[in-house]
Amino acid sequence: MRPRGDFWRLAAPLGVGGALLVFWEAVVRLEDIPVYILPGPLAIGEALWTDGPSLLGSLLVTLRITLAALAAAAVLGGGIALLFSLSRLLEISLFPYAVILQVTPIVAIAPLIIIWVQQPFLALLVCAWIVAFFPIVSNTTVGLNSADRNLVALFRLYGASPAQTLRYLKLPTALPYFLAGLRISGGLALIGAVVAEFVAGTGGTETGLAFRILEAGYRLAIPRLFAALFLLSATGIVIYLVIDFLSRLLLRHWHESAMEEEEE
Amino acid sequence: MTPSGIEAAAPIVSLRGITKSFGGGVTALTPIDLDIARGEFLSLLGPSGCGKTTLLRIIAGLSEPSAGERHLALTPSNRGRPGPGRVGFVFQDPTLMPWSTVIGNVLLPFRLAGRVGPAKRERAAAEIRAVGLAGFERAYPHQLSGGMRMRVSIARALVTGPDLLLLDEPFAALDEITRMALNDDLLRLWESRRPTVVFVTHSVFESVYLSTRIAVMTPRPGRIAAELSIDLPQPRERSLRTTPGYAAACAAASGHLAEAMAAEPAR
Repeated sequence: MRPRGDFWRLAAPLGVGGALLVFWEAVVRLEDIPVYILPGPLAIGEALWTDGPSLLGSLLVTLRITLAALAAAAVLGGGIALLFSLSRLLEISLFPYAVILQVTPIVAIAPLIIIWVQQPFLALLVCAWIVAFFPIVSNTTVGLNSADRNLVALFRLYGASPAQTLRYLKLPTALPYFLAGLRISGGLALIGAVVAEFVAGTGGTETGLAFRILEAGYRLAIPRLFAALFLLSATGIVIYLVIDFLSRLLLRHWHESAMEEEEE
Repeated sequence: MTPSGIEAAAPIVSLRGITKSFGGGVTALTPIDLDIARGEFLSLLGPSGCGKTTLLRIIAGLSEPSAGERHLALTPSNRGRPGPGRVGFVFQDPTLMPWSTVIGNVLLPFRLAGRVGPAKRERAAAEIRAVGLAGFERAYPHQLSGGMRMRVSIARALVTGPDLLLLDEPFAALDEITRMALNDDLLRLWESRRPTVVFVTHSVFESVYLSTRIAVMTPRPGRIAAELSIDLPQPRERSLRTTPGYAAACAAASGHLAEAMAAEPAR
């Protein structure tokens, strides 16, 4: 890619964002909008500065739930997809229930989960997991079934065992699909964690960022509310970027890792 | 290399009354009897959709015939029955694993057969050199041109030293210049090792240039309409393409193909 293109890819969105912030600040000042209705970017920045340390502590709580849920979604989602690929019967019997779990609004079942699962961290984790696991299951299932038909025939010709076909053909084929699912699930895990926190409230000694948002709302500390929101979005972006970087790394040239065991 | 000596031996491929129907009443092949002698270069020549590929897949054992018998006389392994790797297959597309390097792809047949040691690696590297890709061992398929990818595919099919090499219109998607180069390279590989080759094509010129024998097939349902021996001098060189003998053989093959096309209802 040309350096000029790279420059604009970064500069153009940043420029738009900067212009929007200036416009926002100008409107708030010129119209004299009270801070409890809509704080300007400068007021939010100030809140971010003063409340930052305590908000970061809360962010850490939310982040722990998010990452744990994402890891569980990756492991269990990948595992479920693997089971589906091994048994068509299992897939057609269980896939509808995965869909049901996916389409059920998490806000509706979060209170139940919080009642059922006593341990608060675990309850929140389960909620975030339910939201995050489906893209990984469905993507990986498609990926495992997408092996090139001629390559499948070639594996048969050379007498490959099912395990060999899985390891050398299906798993590598599924990897990009899995990573695409992970990319979606990263954002969803964060959303799931936040929604669950909203429902659960403080849920113990540690309070996540979602609860801080609620709290700031009740107290009309609107700049702090915006500061917490900002942190939340920034976290979502970072999660996305990390997963994006990871998948680029893994698919750099359509990864050799699955094949590179031999060499005795 | 006298044909009579080769033909006296038992055929390596023997097909008796092979038919193939797909669901919905589509008949792809009507009874086909075909013997292929050891060391022969046989082309299956016919229009698209005449069941050439189906026949090739049946020979490979990738598809079961609806009726009829197929027998392959392959070299047995030291465990008695012929092991995998006695048959090489080259698809219309290179069919490489995009996540694996050139050498990784060529090593695949060995890897599926067990452990891959230095000897196998050297064997694969030699095969890559033989198809003219020395220095590209560590390249990934997406870094190669279409012709180079097809060479990798041929190296993979040859690496186990197969008795039987089956090629399914391997050069159909390539440009004319690449195609001629690959035709010559395939001929050199065949001359030096003499596997039995079954080559599916819809190009009269290609089939005449490469083959020792051509089986002309009719449009669906596929049937072998004519067989002709190509008694052109060997080894074949590019200059052959301008000789009267080559032109005559092409004319004969074209004539048989036209007859085969006319014998059936219009497609």
